Amino acid sequence: MQSSPTTNLSSKSAAPLEVHDLTVAYTKRPVLYGIDLEIPKGSIVGVVGPNGAGKSTLIRAIMGLLPVSSGWIKVFGKPFKQAVTRVGYVPQRESVDWDFPVNALDVVLMGRYGRLGPFKRPSKADKEIAMNCLEKVKMDSYAKRQISNLSGGQQQRVFLARALAQESDLYLMDEPFVGVDATTESAIIEILRELQAQGKTLIVVHHDLTTAPEYFDRILLLNMRVVAYGKTEDVFTFENLQNAYGGRLSILSEVALTRARKKFDGDTRDNVGQ
Amino acid sequence: MRERFFPDFDWHTVFVQPWTDYSENSFWIVLMGFLVSGTCGLVGCFVILRRMALVGDAISHSLLPGITIAFLLTNSRDTLPMMLGAIAAGVATVALIEAIRHSSRIKPDAAIGIVFSSLFAIGVILISAFADKIDLDAECVLYGELGFIPLQDVVMFGGMEIGPEPVVRMAIIGLIAIGLLLSFFKEMLVTSFDPGLAASLGINPTRYQYGLTLFLSVVIVSSFESVGVVLVIAMIIFPGATALLLTDRLPKAIWLSTLFSALYAGLGFHLATWLEASIAGGMTVIAGFIFGLVWIAAPDRGLLTKFAKRALKSEIVLPNP
Repeated sequence: MQSSPTTNLSSKSAAPLEVHDLTVAYTKRPVLYGIDLEIPKGSIVGVVGPNGAGKSTLIRAIMGLLPVSSGWIKVFGKPFKQAVTRVGYVPQRESVDWDFPVNALDVVLMGRYGRLGPFKRPSKADKEIAMNCLEKVKMDSYAKRQISNLSGGQQQRVFLARALAQESDLYLMDEPFVGVDATTESAIIEILRELQAQGKTLIVVHHDLTTAPEYFDRILLLNMRVVAYGKTEDVFTFENLQNAYGGRLSILSEVALTRARKKFDGDTRDNVGQ
Repeated sequence: MRERFFPDFDWHTVFVQPWTDYSENSFWIVLMGFLVSGTCGLVGCFVILRRMALVGDAISHSLLPGITIAFLLTNSRDTLPMMLGAIAAGVATVALIEAIRHSSRIKPDAAIGIVFSSLFAIGVILISAFADKIDLDAECVLYGELGFIPLQDVVMFGGMEIGPEPVVRMAIIGLIAIGLLLSFFKEMLVTSFDPGLAASLGINPTRYQYGLTLFLSVVIVSSFESVGVVLVIAMIIFPGATALLLTDRLPKAIWLSTLFSALYAGLGFHLATWLEASIAGGMTVIAGFIFGLVWIAAPDRGLLTKFAKRALKSEIVLPNP
């Protein structure tokens, strides 16, 4: 099943992410099946779907953290292991122990580890890069702060700075907007746009339907299989959402309502952050 | 039965005599105590951060069948077969725990309990059934005896006496631990903190998990004759746990854990001398005492500071209800 197609594209021009007929199962029960995807360079893709739709599973499968039952995944035309340094990762905030004895700068420096190779320690240059990344997310004044003494939004920004320090071409982000304040939300969006302008590709797991169409230029509607995938304006239709979320119409009407409200006071909201 | 638990405290017999009348014995005992708790503590910092403390306890208990079977197979108490038996037991323990966890609805804590108690029981049966054939002192395996360390064979190197065999072995393992720490610090740090990120950086978290487990087995098997399989977990957890209450940075925690290990060895030895009791027991009681002190009085996160902060807060809040 691992046979890959003969592609005449060189790895440089290959798509950042190509997934073909992917099936992932936890102890026989499939979580994702028949996933086909091709993500073009320079896009920001929102992965949207109900709880248990396999959004995080997809991210973990791309990174080779889960055994694949069938199909294949290619990152820049290569198996993930050969493209490791080109992929940056932002895990869910709850996935780590924030009491861990490291400060914000230590966490960001971890983003450099992939480039250091065995037995090497972060150099002065690495530390400078890490500080610059903290500055980009406006967290440089908290560099020496132990990470449990940061707010949820600040912790998320540290994670983002670490992803920047990875200097990757493809970023996988698992729910970066969960539980963050307005300042952080706008900081994240700013960074995402900047990365996109640099030609990077971003895949962002997101569960807030109200903001999804604003943030992403492509959307992958997921519910164990691909319900719809493509440009946001084509995918984000009532019918597709209904297909992805099943009969939970209450969620959908809520979305419509909030979107309408947001358009109304959208400008004032941007000014909330300092 | 002794008449009184606490013998009269005599400064001279407790603190001076050990270093004048039998200073060589005292030296090897305290050095061994320090090497054991220092090495255990070093590995223990990561064991704690990875929430593997109970796994460490399980491994130490499964050593009993491991070394017993190794002894029955080779009929020798040499280091190599004992080491291999212990490592095999350690690996089997972890593999069984993982197997039960993944293929049933049993949660990790119960899986650990099931695996280590049944393996330990196999060891108990083997030792009692082959008591006449096995030259292993069950009491020594369970509780250890630092007092016997100076009586062991002396290692010679280039015609020079270096020291008792267990001390030399423990020193070598301690040096290996330091070497591994310096070589793989960043890998251990990132795989402990965020395995997902580690994988995305091309650092395989599972490999380091197994590596740590293997080395933990090696450390435990070299320590058990000194502190016993029951108390070795104290030497693994106490230094790191106490240090982590005092600092926010891992490298500093590791330094502090070594300092605490030295205190355990020194003070524990004198406590045991005073009470005429087990030295490993003395070290663990000291470790518990120091942990208690730090837990209550640590400058930033101690109980007293927390109460003080709370009191201060309520004072500030009061005028403005």
